[in-house]
Amino acid sequence: MTVTEEEKIVSMIKFGILSPEEIRKMSVVEVKSTETYDEDGLPVPHSVMDPHLGAIDPGHICPVCGNSIKGCPGHFGHIELALPVINVIFIKYIYDVLRAVCANCGRLKLPQKDIERGLKYYRKLNERHPYLARRFSEYIKKRAIKTTVCPHCGYKQPKLKLTKPITIEEYNEETRSYIRLNPLVIRSRLEKIPNEDVELLGFDPQESRPEWMILTVLPIPPIAIRPSIMIETGIRSEDDLTHKLVDIVRTNERLKEHIVAGAPQIIIDDLWELLQYHVTTYLDNEVPGFPPAKHRSGRPLKTLAQRLKGKEGRFRGNLSGKRVDFSARTVISPDPYISINEVGVSVEVAMKLTVPEKVTEWNIEELRKCVINGPYKWPGANYVVTPDGRRIDLRYVKDRKSLAESLAPGYIVERHIRNGDIALFNRQPSLHRMSIMGHIVKVLPGRTFRLHLAVCPPYNADFDGDEMNLHIPQTEDARAEARELLKVQYHILTPRYGGVIIGGLQDYISGAYLLTVKTTLLTKEDVMELLSSAGVVKELPEPAILSPRELWTGKQIVSLFIPPDFNYHGKASISAGHLKCEDIECFWDSYVVVRTGKLLMGVLDKKSIGAEQQDSFFYFLVKEYGADFAVNFIDSVFRMFIRILEKKGFTLRLDDVAIPEKAKNEIIQMLMESFKKVQEYVDQYVKGVLEVVPGRTAEESLEIKILEILAEARDKAGEIAVGYLDPFNHAFIMARTGARGNVLNLTQMAATLGQMTVRGERIWRGYMGRPLPHFSVNDLGPIARGFIVNSFYSGLSPTEMFMHAAGGREGLVDTAVRTSQSGYMQRRLINALMDLYVEYDYTVRDSSGSIIQFLYGEDGADPAKAPHGKPINVERIVERVIGWKL
Amino acid sequence: MTQGLTLEEVREFVEKSLSSKIPRSVVEELISVLSRYLDKLTIEDLMKIVKSVEEEYNENLVDPGEPVGIVTAQSIGEPSTQMTLRTFHYAGVRELNVTLGLPRLIELVDAKKVPSTPLTYVYLEEPYKYDRDKAMEIARKIELTRVANVVSRVDIDLVANAIILSLDPDMLRDKGVDVDTVIQVLRKSIKKADIAVNQENPYEVVIQYKEPINPLKAEKIRDRILNTKLKGIKGINKVIIQRRGNEYVLVCEGSNLRELMDVEGVDHRKIRTNNIKEVEEVLGIEAARTLLIEEIANVLEEQGLEVDIRHIMLVADMMTRTGSVKQIGRHGIAGSKESPLARASFEVTVKNLADAAVRGGVDNLKGVAESVIVGNYAPIGTAIVKLVYNPYIKVE
Repeated sequence: MTVTEEEKIVSMIKFGILSPEEIRKMSVVEVKSTETYDEDGLPVPHSVMDPHLGAIDPGHICPVCGNSIKGCPGHFGHIELALPVINVIFIKYIYDVLRAVCANCGRLKLPQKDIERGLKYYRKLNERHPYLARRFSEYIKKRAIKTTVCPHCGYKQPKLKLTKPITIEEYNEETRSYIRLNPLVIRSRLEKIPNEDVELLGFDPQESRPEWMILTVLPIPPIAIRPSIMIETGIRSEDDLTHKLVDIVRTNERLKEHIVAGAPQIIIDDLWELLQYHVTTYLDNEVPGFPPAKHRSGRPLKTLAQRLKGKEGRFRGNLSGKRVDFSARTVISPDPYISINEVGVSVEVAMKLTVPEKVTEWNIEELRKCVINGPYKWPGANYVVTPDGRRIDLRYVKDRKSLAESLAPGYIVERHIRNGDIALFNRQPSLHRMSIMGHIVKVLPGRTFRLHLAVCPPYNADFDGDEMNLHIPQTEDARAEARELLKVQYHILTPRYGGVIIGGLQDYISGAYLLTVKTTLLTKEDVMELLSSAGVVKELPEPAILSPRELWTGKQIVSLFIPPDFNYHGKASISAGHLKCEDIECFWDSYVVVRTGKLLMGVLDKKSIGAEQQDSFFYFLVKEYGADFAVNFIDSVFRMFIRILEKKGFTLRLDDVAIPEKAKNEIIQMLMESFKKVQEYVDQYVKGVLEVVPGRTAEESLEIKILEILAEARDKAGEIAVGYLDPFNHAFIMARTGARGNVLNLTQMAATLGQMTVRGERIWRGYMGRPLPHFSVNDLGPIARGFIVNSFYSGLSPTEMFMHAAGGREGLVDTAVRTSQSGYMQRRLINALMDLYVEYDYTVRDSSGSIIQFLYGEDGADPAKAPHGKPINVERIVERVIGWKL
Repeated sequence: MTQGLTLEEVREFVEKSLSSKIPRSVVEELISVLSRYLDKLTIEDLMKIVKSVEEEYNENLVDPGEPVGIVTAQSIGEPSTQMTLRTFHYAGVRELNVTLGLPRLIELVDAKKVPSTPLTYVYLEEPYKYDRDKAMEIARKIELTRVANVVSRVDIDLVANAIILSLDPDMLRDKGVDVDTVIQVLRKSIKKADIAVNQENPYEVVIQYKEPINPLKAEKIRDRILNTKLKGIKGINKVIIQRRGNEYVLVCEGSNLRELMDVEGVDHRKIRTNNIKEVEEVLGIEAARTLLIEEIANVLEEQGLEVDIRHIMLVADMMTRTGSVKQIGRHGIAGSKESPLARASFEVTVKNLADAAVRGGVDNLKGVAESVIVGNYAPIGTAIVKLVYNPYIKVE
């Protein structure tokens, strides 16, 4: 058997049970030696380490296939078991078949006519509806089990019982007790069943005869799947499977000897049971009812079933997901001066990640330079692959110049990644497709990955120590797909609801507000500086103010970047409270109007340019002018927003949340009033005259009412505090524009923290009748139940601090619990839906071609492109043609 | 400028040029939007609008091959990580707890038999609809009332061999039951005792047993008496009357569609429950699908998470496509996949492999999970294209 280079595509996999003959046929050696190594440390022939089982040491040649370690796939051996044992994995099926079949004649316990008819039906069903065929055979089995007298031979069926792990017992009429059936008996019964009956029970008689579920021959897996490891001291440590196999061989040999020697039946039975135990634990070491086989250290052995099972098992850990090369991981940090499509990669990383590039006439000079630079100088190369398939490691090439000279078309150079290469960038948890996007590599100094701030929302990234992964696609197909489908610009609109997921955030929003607010007037120098930060040269419009100095408004500057046929109107984030505006007639500048590409009114803030906003100014720009335009917009206009912040200076300081003495008194007075009301309710409750909410107890009603009053009190306190804040107070600007924080945060900093809750209730747990020993027992007042009068500015009292901690902890626990739950739900959803796709006729189908929906989403529209669940935005189309004529 | 067109003209033109190309709902919407602009509309504008509507619709169509299943799963799974875990929330009804948020969502995709907080909204018919007293009448009729609900105190007198129930007059009035009915119901359920009102106290019912009460069983006997149903519908534990607009609606804790729909005065067309399985049994699979969509959309919306309705529809379609509501998970959709490898790679690996071996199962490697396992391209997205261009073939 030699390895060929031919590529083959697996088209089908058939499952079955190996028959003893098959096991013997594929075996290269019968294992019967209990010793594994002789004194010289060489593997003993006919042991579980027999060299025929495959070459594992480098340099060894496999005696079976003649390959070295590289080409030898490993070969199976076998053990001839002295007595048959049950295969635990099939115990349920063995039990079912035994019950469905006559103990005497081995026929399925149904009338001959039914069997014939059923078989015909079953075969037909199996062709088109395997799932139904399975249900049918399930039904047949149930019917047969119920039959107590064999319709074929008239034998009265004894009762069978399955006791815990693997013992099947039969009721004996004479002794009036259950007698254990040994595997020999079971096997002989299973052998008697004719193929037709077996088929009707859901088996495939060609691939899985029921008697093969009883092992008479055990295959020995190749050494390659159970390699021994050498510890430094030179002591060999064997794999768990090998340990188990040795146990089996040893028990088997002893059993054989005893049988030959004619030992008493008790001894043989004991050994037989031991053999059964070893084989069972070899197959599955977590069988309930069997003590798990342990390693010398006391650690349970990891045997066959354990290797397949679970998250780190073969299936989920190695087959469905694999480890990859050409990847890198490091801390991320922000860089507002790269494009959203780019990722900053450090030179160190760039020198480890490579792209295979075929040498052609056109790139040969470039690649020669790479080869000469070698693996330790960027941009260099790490390997050269010659046309005959030899890989040359440039680390060990002394004369790279001559190697570079010898390059010719047909060579492949694995060169370092450089600016312009495509990479996949990912942050875990990868919850949606925007968690892995294509970025253009930009090699930068420093040791972190750099990314643009606007792509933080789709990755859900921040820079408090987050790490991200980078992958370099290695084939031309992969690179083409990455560039055409995965690049960040194609993911500005999320398929979740068709809104922008990439857009302005935090400082971009504060900046946009400060630039477009009415009070901002810019001199020619300012304008030039802003435009240069955006990286554009544009003719300036006529200044808004001509004398005494030429001054421009921020709106004029932003308008330079809006396409001339663009129209938009909508509310701004600051449109709230007394600045509220519903339409174009807006005194407060909180209604955004764009006409023919000019920002006429309104400030830009979160509602207009923010990420995860719907029907915003930025959304329509993206939708109507495309991804390239959007990238350009972010890479130019957004930089201006940052620059204006840098020019004006924008920070948050303690004084920003300080409120005057007068306000404080007002708040305290208001709180006292609320407390009084609470006290009234408490008094009513104590007297038992409290008005009860229907369907609630008096106690619950009291709590509901108190919570309502106190929540209202906090809101009022917030209103008072905010009323005293300067409208251009930086903290307040951030809250109003939606850049960061909200009025509640401001309230908590400036006025009062309000009521702390745990599970939606006021805090009452702790001591008997009181949460902390500082309060009197059964004090139902606000302070004793976790209302915090102080603000973060004024500082918390000791008792308040504990209350706050209790409320805060709930949030932490909540997140921890929730992530695991929603993660599992998502895994299930993915698993249930992953095969669905849209066919060319717009039907949704699964992998077998069955139709799930006749027209995707009942209108065939793509949720990423369709706004608000409707296939098109009719309103806007009509407005575009008619409305803006005015 | 020539003055506009009539609605009929607009309708005719739009129908003629679009109805075969774009979905009905869009056509209707377009006409209704256009009707607002009739006076300004010219025929040129109309043609332009119709053209761009068609263009935009074609632009917004899904791309064939789009892995809509995965997109859907992600679009529902991703926001669910942002949901609050707080189980109980007041959903307009302050008196009742309703499971919302992540636990409710999981419950829905699990296709649980009974929701943890079953709720029924009972809408009423004409004479009862606007009258609080009449609504109350129905509420009393359907609310399950047990003896325990009207009893304030139970005494077991082992010497006198009697159990004495002290009834609460307030509760009796509230539930609309009188002492006689209590006695009658008790007489029906307890055969071995004489039941009568205490002569001194009209609100005391004495259950006089003929045989001595076994003290060990006294507890059990008491519970059985207290659990005796006085009236109402099984499963409807609490009824609250709510005013919605100008009509009264009964909000019931618990659900029993089949019996509630039969009650006189109940509008059986508008009654609504959140118990999916029950709707499936009573009203059929299409109703269950619709309810499933509404419930999932409701949970997400209540949390302030926007998810396109198409995603929710796909999940509901997948769950209901076999004709019965199937769970998303190992006992439902994922467990009934044909491919043994796909099942093994999800959950209960060994059992699925053993099953495949016994049946001589075949894996045709058509699905995504199987393709990934054997290293083939998954037949989804760009890989559904089977046409390959060979640049080396010369065309004559």
